[in-house]
Amino acid sequence: MKKLITIFALILLTFFAKAQDVKMADEMKENGKIYVVIAVILTILAGLILYLIRLDRKISKLEKNK
Amino acid sequence: MRKSWWKILGVLLLVYTFIAGLLIEVPRNPQLQETIRNLFFHVCMWFGMMILFIVSFVRAIMYLRTNKHIHDIASRQYAGVGILFGVLGYLTGAIWMSYTWIDSNKSIFNSFDTIAREPKLIGAAIALLVYAAYLVLRDSIQDIDKRARISAVYNIFAFAMLFPSIWIIPRLLDSLHPGGSEGNPALDPGSASPNMRLVFYPAIAGWTLIGVWIATLKIRMKILYEQKLSQ
Repeated sequence: MKKLITIFALILLTFFAKAQDVKMADEMKENGKIYVVIAVILTILAGLILYLIRLDRKISKLEKNK
Repeated sequence: MRKSWWKILGVLLLVYTFIAGLLIEVPRNPQLQETIRNLFFHVCMWFGMMILFIVSFVRAIMYLRTNKHIHDIASRQYAGVGILFGVLGYLTGAIWMSYTWIDSNKSIFNSFDTIAREPKLIGAAIALLVYAAYLVLRDSIQDIDKRARISAVYNIFAFAMLFPSIWIIPRLLDSLHPGGSEGNPALDPGSASPNMRLVFYPAIAGWTLIGVWIATLKIRMKILYEQKLSQ
């Protein structure tokens, strides 16, 4: 019986340990490198949006010209 | 400028998604870890696709009721952008699953064997192929009125196929993919953490607005093109 309880406790312990020590990118947040990633994806987004805006303007011009 | 407020809103929501989506605290899930943030991108592709397909379906019905050519053009372009979003959703899903679903105890080939049986993947593939057939059918008909009518009717059929293929059957079967028989984590307020919902819902709106913007540009371009042809 004692053995069973210890085994059960150990299983429970590993479960808790796992739940708390989930590896996340905490370091990336601490040293601020995550902002580099944000800068990169925002630049790509800005490029795509600018492309859409230019396309929108061009089509508006064509619509006015006719 | 006053008319384009929704485009600005869409861009702002996306900027918010990109910044907050990477910075907010997310639940520490041992299987997903940081990839849980893909919710703001991968899942939003599918939501955008569904909304665009709904718009396409409505415009198809409007064409059949009014016989106005503009609805036919709109229906086609919304479906096109919807397919684009669906393909992006599929590709992003493929990347995501190869890091979270692959069983490290098996070879990649054997892991893929179980992944390929996922009802969600098969259902989404069926839905996308049905819509791909819409484009093929449409472009194979020369006569403009006939093309518009047949493709509008097929569009309604394709939309009806979305119900079993992505909304019903995958929800009934067990799957590695969330949103199966255990519930709907995307829409159930009790499932996703409140923090994530704070970004998730704006992200859906932002991506959808961008999709609608692209579709309207394509519609306007198509109209200009056809006017040029008829001159």
